[in-house]
Amino acid sequence: MSILINKDTKVITQGMTGKVGQFHTMHCKNYANGANCFVAGVTPGKSGQSYEGIPIFNTVVEARRETGASVSVIYVPPAHAAAAIDESVEAEMELVICITEGIPVHDMLRTRYKMQGKKTLLIGPNCPGLITPDEIKIGIMPGHIHRKGRIGVVSRSGTLTYEAVWQLTELGFGQSSCVGIGGDPINGMKHLDVMKLFNDDPETDAVVMVGEIGGSDEEECARWIKMNMQKPVVGFIAGITAPQGKRMGHAGAIISGGQGGAEAKLAVMEECGIHITRNPAEMGKMMKQVLKG
Amino acid sequence: MKIHEYQAKDILRQYGVSVPRGVVCFSEHEVIAAVQQLGGSRWVVKAQIHAGGRGQGGGIGVANTIQEVSQFAGKFLGMKLVTHQTNADGQEVRQVLVEEGVQIAKEYYVGMVIDRSRQRIVLMASSEGGMEIEAVAVRSPEKIHKVWIDPGTGLTDGEIDNIARLICMPANALDQVRICLHGLYRAFVEKEAMLVELNPLVLTENKNLLALDAKINFDSNALFRHPEIVALRDLNEEDPAEVEASAFGLSYISLDGNIGCLVNGAGLAMATMDIIKLYGGLPANFLDVGGGASKEKVTEAFKLMLKNPDLKAILVNIFGGIMKCDVIAEGVVAAAREVHLNVPLVVRLEGTNVEIGKRILAESGLPVISAGNMAEAAAKAVAAAKGASCPF
Repeated sequence: MSILINKDTKVITQGMTGKVGQFHTMHCKNYANGANCFVAGVTPGKSGQSYEGIPIFNTVVEARRETGASVSVIYVPPAHAAAAIDESVEAEMELVICITEGIPVHDMLRTRYKMQGKKTLLIGPNCPGLITPDEIKIGIMPGHIHRKGRIGVVSRSGTLTYEAVWQLTELGFGQSSCVGIGGDPINGMKHLDVMKLFNDDPETDAVVMVGEIGGSDEEECARWIKMNMQKPVVGFIAGITAPQGKRMGHAGAIISGGQGGAEAKLAVMEECGIHITRNPAEMGKMMKQVLKG
Repeated sequence: MKIHEYQAKDILRQYGVSVPRGVVCFSEHEVIAAVQQLGGSRWVVKAQIHAGGRGQGGGIGVANTIQEVSQFAGKFLGMKLVTHQTNADGQEVRQVLVEEGVQIAKEYYVGMVIDRSRQRIVLMASSEGGMEIEAVAVRSPEKIHKVWIDPGTGLTDGEIDNIARLICMPANALDQVRICLHGLYRAFVEKEAMLVELNPLVLTENKNLLALDAKINFDSNALFRHPEIVALRDLNEEDPAEVEASAFGLSYISLDGNIGCLVNGAGLAMATMDIIKLYGGLPANFLDVGGGASKEKVTEAFKLMLKNPDLKAILVNIFGGIMKCDVIAEGVVAAAREVHLNVPLVVRLEGTNVEIGKRILAESGLPVISAGNMAEAAAKAVAAAKGASCPF
């Protein structure tokens, strides 16, 4: 098992025919069982065409009806990405993964409002996607750094997630699933939502949680962990040296009004029993220590 | 994106929010005409910089004669105003706002931001106007009242009336409060703001509700559909290095240390700064070259870092995913040759095509200090910046 996706997941790619969409669709298709997983693309006006043998449809509804896919991944440019999420929600997809970076915040506010009461889960936007090693990769992460195993990874970052994964792999710890939830202020699944899934997954033994400055999602997750989590969690927060009021690349990574600082997050996480490290080079090492007890 | 107070007031005026009559002036000469245009017998002269805390920093003057207005303008224009939000050198004042003076009866605070947890726009109001809301939040949080606005209904009259009562606004001012807050909400949504603050919003002796100060920050990701906002950008208020970086698609922020960092990805870039500090050094900058860095981008990144006179070492930390390590290595070699690198360069490469990347660096003949992982890279960079040999 794994969380959210596995080798039998069927995926629609929205924005597959753009440069970014083409590149990543090819890599995803070539990873593990990808050839059987990536069953459709959606580009309005290109129905009947195909890319890499994957048929293209005009709408998500049409693609879903013809292929039975339940998950969609979005590479649509920022001005139209929120509308692409809306389309997948209306088509009742179970899970939508939005890779696109730079979506206007007010677009995401409207999209999240429309998602209220709907069953669709959203990961992202501005995220690397998610992977269940040796089964399926949906997103832009390099597949080869992952190994199949029993550690879950959840993170707001892209390359810092790869860093965490690589440290685990080098120490011999494979991963059950790795989820990049994205660096935007208004997004879909939070650390907490993913943590609950890892807690319930019989094939996950422990979790690495990577956060960064801004917001209070890590604290909310930590408080839930304290009361409910059955498995050890290792945590790191990026941005101890970040100055107040400066946006550190990600739209969501900003300390404002004294809120969202790294030290405050780490203090709450530690208090809630998370094994924190202040050294980003020692996330894997910390996991090794924890599992050896 | 930030704008000046006078620009924020111009926008709010379009949405029906009452603000004092005022004229922006770029010279002492213009001030006289402004005073004549405004009339009256009392004026406020306000230095216009993006940073807050201007009153305490000595950038606001109340004048009772035209000569005093002129004196304040003369003093402010060209001065470097230091506030708690500027750096120690301060920010040069290039324009002042001259406004009609008003008799204040009571000050309030009104603000709107985006609440990340609840994924709603939140209206905040307080009877404690005129001071920093962060300070109020610490000292007396019960005096900050909030409304999480339903995007379906927008801000309702009932919600406005209720929050007005909670901040002890007199009943006969309710009509004005409604006009003000409806306008504020419309401006926030239509202009795609991240933050709006009226601090203070005042009730005058004449029972007029006026926003004496106004601040608006906009969502940079939405500027593509707001050319009218882009036109308000004042590059004088921004760090030249950050402006230059943004032109090349680089995300750059100047810091106080001496170790330059070049990293792909915002999270890893922050983590790289953190590990430098952890190992006893101080980062000179945050620099995310993004997912698709080309040779040119890497060269520009090096040039930017080398403009910093305090720079003592550079640390390149790349985790190649989509970005291949060999491309980065070629960029580093080209950049080092082009810019005449005069500080030690530590490079850590990992991920896609790492072996080719390392070979390119080794064969370049450049004195690159290579590192096998992040910890080693940080230790070597810190040692190099101190001019010491490395423990590894």
